Amino acid sequence: MNEERKGLKEKITNSDIWKSIFRHGYEKTGRRYTLQVLQNVWLHLHPPRISRHALNFRFTWCMGGITFLMFLVTAVTGVLLMFYYRPVAEYAFGDVQALEFDIPFGMLLRNMHRWAAHGMVISVMLHMFRVFLTGSYKKPREFNWAVGVILLLITFFLSFTGYLLPWDQLAYWAVTVGTNMARATPVLGHEGPFAPSDITQSNDVRFALLGGTIVGPSTLLRFYILHCVAVPLVASLLMALHFWRVRKDGGISGPL
Amino acid sequence: MENFLLLIQKPDNVPILAMLFLIPYFMWLAYKQARQTDRIGVPSDAALNDKVYVWPYLCRNEFICAIIVMLVLGVWSIMIDAPLEEPSDPAKTPNPSKAPWYFLALQEMLVYFDPWIAGVVLPGLIIAGLIAIPYIDINPKGKGYYTIKERPFALVVFCFGFIVLWIVLMIVGTFLRGPGWNIFMPWQYWDPHKIVPLTNVNLSYLFGIRDATTANFFGFAVVAGYFALGPIFYFWKYKTSRFLQELGLTRYVIVSFLFLSMVALPIKMVLRLALNIKYVWVSPWFNI
Ligand code: HEM
Repeated sequence: MNEERKGLKEKITNSDIWKSIFRHGYEKTGRRYTLQVLQNVWLHLHPPRISRHALNFRFTWCMGGITFLMFLVTAVTGVLLMFYYRPVAEYAFGDVQALEFDIPFGMLLRNMHRWAAHGMVISVMLHMFRVFLTGSYKKPREFNWAVGVILLLITFFLSFTGYLLPWDQLAYWAVTVGTNMARATPVLGHEGPFAPSDITQSNDVRFALLGGTIVGPSTLLRFYILHCVAVPLVASLLMALHFWRVRKDGGISGPL
Repeated sequence: MENFLLLIQKPDNVPILAMLFLIPYFMWLAYKQARQTDRIGVPSDAALNDKVYVWPYLCRNEFICAIIVMLVLGVWSIMIDAPLEEPSDPAKTPNPSKAPWYFLALQEMLVYFDPWIAGVVLPGLIIAGLIAIPYIDINPKGKGYYTIKERPFALVVFCFGFIVLWIVLMIVGTFLRGPGWNIFMPWQYWDPHKIVPLTNVNLSYLFGIRDATTANFFGFAVVAGYFALGPIFYFWKYKTSRFLQELGLTRYVIVSFLFLSMVALPIKMVLRLALNIKYVWVSPWFNI
């Protein structure tokens, strides 16, 4: 039976038609496996080989990878959303409504973007929790943990700046509440302790963030630019650094 | 009850419902592995030097994991629509106004501390504390595997901060806070006119101090005394504790300051909820 199957397989793979489609066979050698990773632009951040226990789902929970996947999903769906959305107070809400009711698959697009963003917040918190529980921040990974903490903040900030863009009541007041705390920044906020007398409502840190004394049209534009350009750019750079360090620090931590 | 049902159905609260299951599941997963290591010891070197090729073994795992996650996300996106409420109106403040769910632990802290502490100082300390962790935890054991026995203090402190002070406060802020930022139990009706009598007093008042300057010094003494617990413990235990000697003074100062700051939050919560204490220290410039 086995012999027969082997014979059939050989017959097929040796046929002229097969050979015209696939130029050469697939060698199962270490050399081939190594080149597969090294020569592929998407895979080359991986080392060619890793220790077996790093494959274990129960060890990493896959949460770092899931966070990155969620980031990619938001990047793709986010670019598509940008085709339909204008960050102007007069248009923003209507554009989101149009996405829901007029644009084919607009609602699905919006849902995927929003839920991937929420998913990213969940998975990044769980990732940090796992890295702590396995003690993976210990030498030589101290710095990568610090990079991770900044990535955590950036994830929150990405999600928060995006929260304003639908420009509905939910968005408006969540961001109003969230940015109100900036009033109380020591020294730099007009209601904070130790604020010099020339710090007022219209030149403190909150004003710089909002572009006004309340959340308004210029806040929408500021948050839009932060959300779509500035913060994703910084996030991408830091993620590249984070992945590079995972590899340079000797791959996923293990009991050695 | 109906207010609670509405809250649960809010699409933006789905992540929190998911966390209610995810966190216990992963804690159980970690606990099981930690128990195993603590019983039979760390896996031997031989098992670890066992290397495998990334292609196909890791890439296959990543691919399968990505497919499963995309399926979950796809179903989630088809079943539940992202919320869109009325157009924004600066003149119509909703009651309660809530920050996005992942900031609700911070908003919850605003109940107990003034905004400059709850909104600026404590978040700053959380960030600084997180970054400091690898540099102040000098225990070389428990690196790269789950264990409880080898690092109990680090685990207890972090889990208390993450689970209780971050996740639980987030859940309280999401599901139990109603109009006027009052606590409403799930079965209670959200009465927008609910009045909670404000009988809060300052700690100094409780001790019979009425004069502002004395109260200021009293508050300062209490807060300073609290943070002095760190050095006191140090000098009391230094001679006999190998751990303290290895940790060194600089690290100890940072550890004890961060630790006491973290524990100050639950202390203040208890003081407020049990004794109706508003401020511990009232000074002309700020109140704590
Ligand atoms: C945008 C956010 C982040 C992304 C995309 C990300 C991604 C990753 C990935 C893919 C890994 C490989 C192992 C794994 O999947 O567990 C990893 C490892 C690691 N991450 Fe992150 N991460 C993020 C945030 C964080 C945060 C918030 C922390 C901690 C505060 C952190 C600390 C680390 C450390 C220390 C490692 C090495 C773990 C080990 O060697 O076992 N990362 N990260």
